[in-house]
Amino acid sequence: MRATVLVRPKPGILDPQGEAVETSLRQLGFSVGDARVGRVVDLEVSERDPVAARAEVERMCQQLLTNPLIESYEIALEP
Amino acid sequence: MSAAPPRIAVITFPGSNDDQDALLALEELGGTGLPVWHADDRLPDVAAVVLPGGFSYGDYLRCGAIARFSPAMKAVSAFAGEGGLVLGICNGFQILCEAGLLPGTLRPNASLAFICRDVVLRVERADTPFTAACSQGQRLTMPIKHREGCWFADADLLAELEARGQIVLRYEDNPNGAIADVAAVCNERGNVMGLMPHPEHAVDPLIGSTDGALILGSLVEAARASSERHAAAAVS
Repeated sequence: MRATVLVRPKPGILDPQGEAVETSLRQLGFSVGDARVGRVVDLEVSERDPVAARAEVERMCQQLLTNPLIESYEIALEP
Repeated sequence: MSAAPPRIAVITFPGSNDDQDALLALEELGGTGLPVWHADDRLPDVAAVVLPGGFSYGDYLRCGAIARFSPAMKAVSAFAGEGGLVLGICNGFQILCEAGLLPGTLRPNASLAFICRDVVLRVERADTPFTAACSQGQRLTMPIKHREGCWFADADLLAELEARGQIVLRYEDNPNGAIADVAAVCNERGNVMGLMPHPEHAVDPLIGSTDGALILGSLVEAARASSERHAAAAVS
């Protein structure tokens, strides 16, 4: 089963990378605001049961893939 | 009373690069430094542990996020849990935060730049095993060299830490955007501390400040006291 984990800086957390990207986009003439930069982790999970697979990826997020103090995450699964 | 120098482990992770400086500084300050490889799941008989600076696992994912799962870190967690002295410097601080042994986390500097220069620190707590040779309010000069040194805790956590006096050092002129100018924090029990500045690079007048010797010297003396207590307990 294919899992995609989307990790974002939590709202209210200063994101200097997002600010730098926003400044650059403005310099290119784009009218943008509130840019935030996160990351994507793609995984192939051996577990086939979607409920069990989601629970397993949740544990991965809590133990390693994210820092819950500063990051939120979303999990998408596809067979 | 044992006259033997106190034994202090310095853990080397893949990508650590300040381990040799830490070992050298501890030796110069009267300790015996024992190098420990991250894959070792047991610590030698030591009175303290130093997690050195560097770029463990290439800073992949988040700084310290992967090193915290190394076999040596399980042993360090157990050691800290028993009240053992643990000091994390720079990447070592990041690892301790990721491991949950210290509160908060280290984020990219507000400037996004890698900063390498001397900074001035203010001693907020001179009654810890890591600052006992300092005086309250003393100014210390030490180098920083990091890109992810912006310590962060949310408002509730920060208030708790301030109330319990867990902020040990603050920047005089905040270089990285750290919340409340925090440069060093300790755990509630006071036996684990992390700091972003590098005391091991500030122990010789030849390369500038010797203020780092106050931090590492405090650790050596606390380790000495701890091993003497241990020896006395074993005899009685």
